[in-house]
Amino acid sequence: MRKFFTLLGREVRSYFYSPIAYIVLVFFLLVCGVNFYFQITYMNQRPMAYTVEEAFFNNVFFWFAFVLIFPLITMRVFAEEFKLGTIEPLLTAPVRDWQVVLSKFFGALIFYLVLWAPTALYFLFFERVTHQTAAGSWGAYWGSYLLLLLLGSFYISIGCFASVLTKNQIIAAIISFAVITMLFFLGLIQFIMLDVSSSMRDVLGYFSAIEHMGTLSRGIIDTRPIVFYTSMTIVMLVLTHQAFQTRKWRL
Amino acid sequence: MIKVENLTKRYAGTTAIRDLSFEVGQGEIMGFLGPNGAGKSTTMRILAGFMPPTSGRASVAGFDVFSQSLQARAHLGYMPENVPLYNDMRVTEYLNYRAALKGVPHRRVKERVGDVQELCGLKDVEKRLIATLSKGYRQRVGLADALVAEPDLLILDEPTIGLDPNQIRQVRELIKNLGKQHTILLSTHILPEVEMTCSRVIIVHKGRIEACDTPENLLGQIRQAGGVVVEAKTGSDNGVEELKKISGVRDVSSDVAGDWKTFSLRVESGVDVREEIYRLATARHWTLRELSQRRATLEDVFVEITHTEVSA
Repeated sequence: MRKFFTLLGREVRSYFYSPIAYIVLVFFLLVCGVNFYFQITYMNQRPMAYTVEEAFFNNVFFWFAFVLIFPLITMRVFAEEFKLGTIEPLLTAPVRDWQVVLSKFFGALIFYLVLWAPTALYFLFFERVTHQTAAGSWGAYWGSYLLLLLLGSFYISIGCFASVLTKNQIIAAIISFAVITMLFFLGLIQFIMLDVSSSMRDVLGYFSAIEHMGTLSRGIIDTRPIVFYTSMTIVMLVLTHQAFQTRKWRL
Repeated sequence: MIKVENLTKRYAGTTAIRDLSFEVGQGEIMGFLGPNGAGKSTTMRILAGFMPPTSGRASVAGFDVFSQSLQARAHLGYMPENVPLYNDMRVTEYLNYRAALKGVPHRRVKERVGDVQELCGLKDVEKRLIATLSKGYRQRVGLADALVAEPDLLILDEPTIGLDPNQIRQVRELIKNLGKQHTILLSTHILPEVEMTCSRVIIVHKGRIEACDTPENLLGQIRQAGGVVVEAKTGSDNGVEELKKISGVRDVSSDVAGDWKTFSLRVESGVDVREEIYRLATARHWTLRELSQRRATLEDVFVEITHTEVSA
């Protein structure tokens, strides 16, 4: 366990050693801030049927910023080690492969959570300044941030998998960006293909991150996405572990 | 300490090493010698548990490097070729991290890291970013990393490559001293290095072991096979042609400096051609200034071995 935490510590620190982390942080928060400002301004002009919190998590600004951050966070995790050759001292130390894989995954997840943490302040400031509630209930906050965690875990595991396949960070980023974008917007197909059967719509709806966000940000904690994303994360991590091991045979 | 049996590694299309078998005993400094691409790094990577062999088996401290990889890795310190390091970390920080990763007990990390920094001459750069270090210092960080967990066995892949002559001397001294407590397997293609530091030598060529003995014995085998140096004024003669006619001379190269020509002769084992050369010189009225037999070096052993391989 100590070895895992040693690896994890290095992973998390390595994010903050590179300027990329701060650039991602600044621009992500900028987009989120602009998004928040737009939503409030928009809602100020007419009566709306949803809360500020729902509006914040369910719009195009949020979606684009959201799918973009994963390739940026995960592209380097394995690819950089392969490129620099640091994988050699790493794997000749007495550590297990799964310790390496999990430390990379949780390292990225921790950075992702650091990225999101400041957005919670938006709602706090909103309530302080306007003396209005930003969300329908506490459950809405829990729901939204729970889904961010679940979706984040799944997409980070996809990013880790893409990164283990190559020693080129750009290739890793493109693979994970393509896969994550397609998965994320899969749910939108039902609006484009109007003639799809209703059972097909149900299936697509089950995969639709946008739909999940719609439900959970209202404070309705649905267990289906929880099970879905948790199990998919585990599947992707197992695949990453397998791919990592086979890479050793091909080095 | 190391036991290798019929080790073979094939990459797509090429065979890096074939059927390698050797043993390294406790406390030995084993030199692994061969031209570039002979399979030295491949063998060391397999021993360090970095990649599995295609066939055959290898064990370190009694643990199979493949099936008991974790225990085997816990017994060795490995310094890869070109020493890949995390550029964004500081020297002490990196060594602390490596020590923890290798299972050095928490309360001993500080002491161990201090010791290896002292030993490898890293004290004055301990707070520097690894990215800003020169090649020589990076090499020392790699060596400190290999040593930090006090392994029984050190595997060093080209430990002196890219260093300046002073640093090379220091590293050699260091390795010699380390050899008192550790078993060492080091690879190099620099011959004097092996002669100076190693107690036994394995010469690999094209993935095969060509020779395995002490440096003294290897030299003894071809003591005579060294060379003869002749420095003479040959007048109108070319010199090379005449010298080549002497039986036992394999190869002549010449170097001209004014009137004086220096000939380097490679001769066959067990033949002394100096008398013949003297006779030739008097017959052709050459002025001789030097006629000496060069002491055979491992270089000659090496050329001998790889030469026969090529002509075979």
